[in-house]
Amino acid sequence: MSTRLVEVRKQVLKQNDTVARALRSRFQEAGVFVVSLVSSPGSGKTAFLEKTLTTLARRYRIATLVGDLATDNDAQRLARSQVPVRQITTGTVCHLEAEMVRTALDGWNEHDLDFLFIENVGNLVCPATFDLGEDLRLVLFSVTEGEDKPLKYPTIFNTADICVITKMDLAAAVEFDRERAHQNIQSVRPGMQILEVSSKTGQGMEQWLGFLEARRSDARPAAITVGMTD
Amino acid sequence: MHELSIALAIVDQVTEEATQRNARIAAVHLKLGPLSGVVKEALLASYGMAAEGSPAEGSTLVIKETPVQIQCPKCDGPRNVVSLQNLCCVDCGTATADIVSGRELEVVALEIIE
Repeated sequence: MSTRLVEVRKQVLKQNDTVARALRSRFQEAGVFVVSLVSSPGSGKTAFLEKTLTTLARRYRIATLVGDLATDNDAQRLARSQVPVRQITTGTVCHLEAEMVRTALDGWNEHDLDFLFIENVGNLVCPATFDLGEDLRLVLFSVTEGEDKPLKYPTIFNTADICVITKMDLAAAVEFDRERAHQNIQSVRPGMQILEVSSKTGQGMEQWLGFLEARRSDARPAAITVGMTD
Repeated sequence: MHELSIALAIVDQVTEEATQRNARIAAVHLKLGPLSGVVKEALLASYGMAAEGSPAEGSTLVIKETPVQIQCPKCDGPRNVVSLQNLCCVDCGTATADIVSGRELEVVALEIIE
């Protein structure tokens, strides 16, 4: 018996990456623009998504997947927007994986959709590792969480495409240092676009929806919007 | 804490290799970048458990941490960064999100017993 060193190249997340890649081309082909949301628990993801869905649903065909360790409370909240919602209950798994997304889509025809939203499990660590095949990844953090959140969780900020600061209506009450928050975001992710919103007052929502529509038109120039007009 | 599922994925990958070679695994060499989102200590702690009952049972996980590097537009080449909290060129201080390495999560070598 002898020991020998063998060189190999094996991506540990190959399985997830393969499924994510297949999903991405499926979404591309179907013309649906896919957005995922990551944040810590309680940052206002669901309220932000609820507001987004209610407004967008007037003009676009939308569906939503929502991941949680347990309960379908968030799915029930989001269903009030009249948009099809499916809950992915992960049990003890702290993040969504591409295969969970693929399974949850069963029976839905993505050709009938303009937007698909995926709300990840509230967690700023683990979701960073897993590609879900999305076009756009949002990282959200609220003014109540502290301006140094980006410094504590740089990896998730590095895998996201845009940062949304939520609960701006509380900014004055918690003495939110806006400038420092922006500096910290830019420090972990130079050039990252930042939006400031309040799901309660509607602040910044118009800008967010404008951004979303522009990104969709860029990514899916051939997609035809069958949606209704206002 | 998703390191156990990462450890299981590593074991799956090396089991495939070991089965093909009809060999047992003495050690697994892994390249790990700080931006992979995987914590070295937690992964090491999970590995032994994940390897139980596989051809990698009892093997050592050897982790080589790779630095985060950016493509510095000013120095015109790959450079290390000051820190994860301060993503700028260690040499000239230019900030950029053009990351060229640091996301690695890859098995690069196996020590096999034949």
